Amino acid sequence: MSHTHDEVQGFLPLPAATLHILMALAEGDRHGYAIIQDVAERTGGRLRLSPGTLYRSVQRMLDQGLITEPRTRPAPELDDERRRYYRLTSLGMAVARAEAGRLEDLVRMARATGLVPRKA
Amino acid sequence: MRLYRLLLLLYPASFRREFGAELRQAFAARRTAAGSAGARAALWLETVPEVVGNALAVHWDILRQDVRFARRSLTRSWGFALTAVLVMALGVGATAAALSVTDFVFVRPLPFVHPDKLVRVWGRLPGYAHLELAPANFDDLKAGNRSFSSMAAYMGFAANMVTPQAPVRVAGEYVTHDLLGTLGVRPMIGRDLTAADDRPGATPTLLLSYGFWQSQFGGDRAVVGQSLTLDGVAYEVIGVMPRDFQFPARTVQVWTPFRFDKAAPGYDDRTNYALYSVARLRPDVTLAQARSDLAIIASRLEAQYPQADKQLGTTVVGLRDDLSQQSRLLLFTLSGAALCILFIACANLGNLLLVRGVARRQELAVRTALGAGRERLVRQMLTETLLLVGLGWAAGIAVGMLAVPLLARLVPSNLPVAGVPSVDVRVLAAAGVLTLVTSLAFAVVPAWRGSRRNGFDTLRSGRGAMGGRAERVRAALVVFEVTASVVLLVSAGLLLRTVARIRQVDPGFNTTGVITMRTPLAFPQYGPVAARQRFYQQVLDGIKAIPGVTQAGYTSWLPLTFGGGIWPAEVPGQPVDRGASGSASIRYVTPGYLAALGIQLQAGRDVSDHDTQQSPYVAVVSESFAKKYWPNGSAIGQRFTMAFDQREIVGVVADVKVRGLERPSEPQVYFPAAQVRDGWLAFYAPKDLAIRTTLPPSSIVAAARQVIHKVDPAQPIIDVQTLEQLVAAQTASRSEQLRVLGMLAVLAFLLAGVGIHGLLAVAVSQRAREIGVRVALGARAGSVVRMVLVRGVALGIAGLIPGIGLALAAGYAMRAVLFGVEPGDPVTLAGVAILVLAMTVAGCVIPAIRAVRVDPMRVLRSD
Repeated sequence: MSHTHDEVQGFLPLPAATLHILMALAEGDRHGYAIIQDVAERTGGRLRLSPGTLYRSVQRMLDQGLITEPRTRPAPELDDERRRYYRLTSLGMAVARAEAGRLEDLVRMARATGLVPRKA
Repeated sequence: MRLYRLLLLLYPASFRREFGAELRQAFAARRTAAGSAGARAALWLETVPEVVGNALAVHWDILRQDVRFARRSLTRSWGFALTAVLVMALGVGATAAALSVTDFVFVRPLPFVHPDKLVRVWGRLPGYAHLELAPANFDDLKAGNRSFSSMAAYMGFAANMVTPQAPVRVAGEYVTHDLLGTLGVRPMIGRDLTAADDRPGATPTLLLSYGFWQSQFGGDRAVVGQSLTLDGVAYEVIGVMPRDFQFPARTVQVWTPFRFDKAAPGYDDRTNYALYSVARLRPDVTLAQARSDLAIIASRLEAQYPQADKQLGTTVVGLRDDLSQQSRLLLFTLSGAALCILFIACANLGNLLLVRGVARRQELAVRTALGAGRERLVRQMLTETLLLVGLGWAAGIAVGMLAVPLLARLVPSNLPVAGVPSVDVRVLAAAGVLTLVTSLAFAVVPAWRGSRRNGFDTLRSGRGAMGGRAERVRAALVVFEVTASVVLLVSAGLLLRTVARIRQVDPGFNTTGVITMRTPLAFPQYGPVAARQRFYQQVLDGIKAIPGVTQAGYTSWLPLTFGGGIWPAEVPGQPVDRGASGSASIRYVTPGYLAALGIQLQAGRDVSDHDTQQSPYVAVVSESFAKKYWPNGSAIGQRFTMAFDQREIVGVVADVKVRGLERPSEPQVYFPAAQVRDGWLAFYAPKDLAIRTTLPPSSIVAAARQVIHKVDPAQPIIDVQTLEQLVAAQTASRSEQLRVLGMLAVLAFLLAGVGIHGLLAVAVSQRAREIGVRVALGARAGSVVRMVLVRGVALGIAGLIPGIGLALAAGYAMRAVLFGVEPGDPVTLAGVAILVLAMTVAGCVIPAIRAVRVDPMRVLRSD
């Protein structure tokens, strides 16, 4: 499924929490608590989403169609019956890519001005 | 964990239902991970603000979402939204404006110390409930009473002040030195009057009003101690009053002590009804006690002066209650009308929301079926309603702010409350709450109940059929609207008839082609009669020389401008009658005045240039005066005594409505301007000029001004108006009242019409199926139309009957403002009944046409 440029751009810039949740889900379906742990791990503990913030974001992202609750559950050995799992939609993927691209452009421009040291 | 559960209650229920379990699990996991007591405490410290913050954020998200949804849904049905907002705006705005003005006049405390203890003291004679007090009587009442801690008197005057630009007319008030003390007010700068200022022979002193100080002295504080010349007399300015002080009327610019000379001639005249009085009750004295106290003194005075104080009584009323019955009733009428509008508006709003609720039942059912929680639906409805009410309320504030200045003209000018009324926040809030409650009752409650019922029934039936009960409620609302609008229409109709009746009254003079103006003469310059006569002679000669002028003359006061100057007549051989029918209003006039006004001479002659100070004193009297004292013979040649002198009657003229078109007036007597002793009765010196012309009256004003300016360059000219304008001003306040009430009535009428139409339109669309079946079974168009019409007319009549009853009650309540019309005026009642029935029928037309056009095949097939 392809998404129009405008449809995707309308989401940008993304709130940091949203991008992190999208990144966590890019690796596969996760339940809420797993997303929190994933984000904490990836950022070395610098970003610790509170449950409230997470689920508020989740609700909004569900409404926006960035993520979905899959009908199909993960493999039984990985499944926690009591939990709700979330999955990246194609729109969510497109938005995450667009956001990453936007940030990359930003960093490139910052380097060009000498604001940020060039990588070796 | 229980604590966490409680915390989660802060979230909206929908969010809790969705994620509550997850949140609890996440929290449990973190608590287990925390381990030590310290870490747990830290977790709690972190969790509480986190939950509170996020819960608020979620609420905010939902609110934004709901507002967006509401905006979309209101925009989609903009007709409904606009009508609802308009209905609320009119209801809230009209009520807020009317009640704000009423509150301003009746409720807001007067700006004096303990205003509830202030009373006004009047004299009373048969026929006069509110009579000014004679100075000698005032002094006796003041000295003899045991009810008042202080008692002050005041009396208006006007004087000319010469300024570098143009002569200025100054409105002033003679006051006793204790007036400000009685009211409990102090000058803003400078000092109060003292007893020493108020003695005969004392230096004349002056207090300035804030407005006068600003306009004439630019707010210069150094004004205190300066001298100011009024009518040639130098006054020392001793102070400036606070900005909000206005007493006894808005117009007063300066206050100066009376400096009564008890030795002066005229002080002893106890029929010189001249003074107004205000007094402060002692703390322990009630109004009733004061009344009986003064009554005793009055009867003592009557015993002491059986001639002058015959039948003298007193009237004591609270200062705030000293408003005319008319202004009072008027404002009550207005408030009643505005409340009617508010209720009608609420009824209409309720109706609109009910209809919309029905129309949306399907939408609600679909959303319920799709899993929307009842709480979310109701919350959504609530947001939408609040948004609607908020819009209506904001529009209502705008309407109120626009309407208050219009209504402010109804505030009596003798109200000693400064400033102008503004929209009262409490009233706005109250009106807002009423619309809110209405909206909630008619929008949210049905949604709540609707979402509880099994939505599938609605879905299956395919249309949002209105329950019998909702329809009955709506019918009741419409009947209520009709009733209220009938009351308003009848009230407005009665006022309309009143104004028409007043305009039909013959004032006794010919109003067309006359321009009038006032040239207030300065004293003592014009104290000598010869000086005045010279002025009149020169001015009138000059004016009569203006092309187009046919007649011109001076009088003490033009009709309808002043109700006073009433004296009892003493006719040789007849008892003195001090009542209204025995007294007469005295006007000194120059030759030509009666002709200029077109007051018809019935016998004898007009006053003439030969009636001088030295010649025998004569008088022209009005027909009713002549009939009262000489019912059988001619009055010409008869003699009577009034205002100190005996006079011979030389002419009889038609009666004039001196006091006003709708009030009985005393008979009139006219004395030649020259026939008064020097320095006496200066108050009566002619100053009102009337000019009859064959040209448009306003076209000669400039020429007349030039003439007067040439005779006396220091002479101000004020109140320039045609006689027609002067008479029209008589009905101006009524026209104003009528416009306001009429507007409200039309509004109510339209709202009721909208209500009837809406009810029938929905009823027809709901019964389309039934109508279709009937048509399919052979019913004729006529019977279908009849079905709709009967329903509409039944509603109209159901509202009309109680409406007429209430309107009769309202009519009797407002009887005092009516003139020449009975509360049960059949013309008005019949007119309103026809109007309402016509409106009902008109409201039926479109629904009836729609009913006839119902296509039975389509309706039945759609099932």
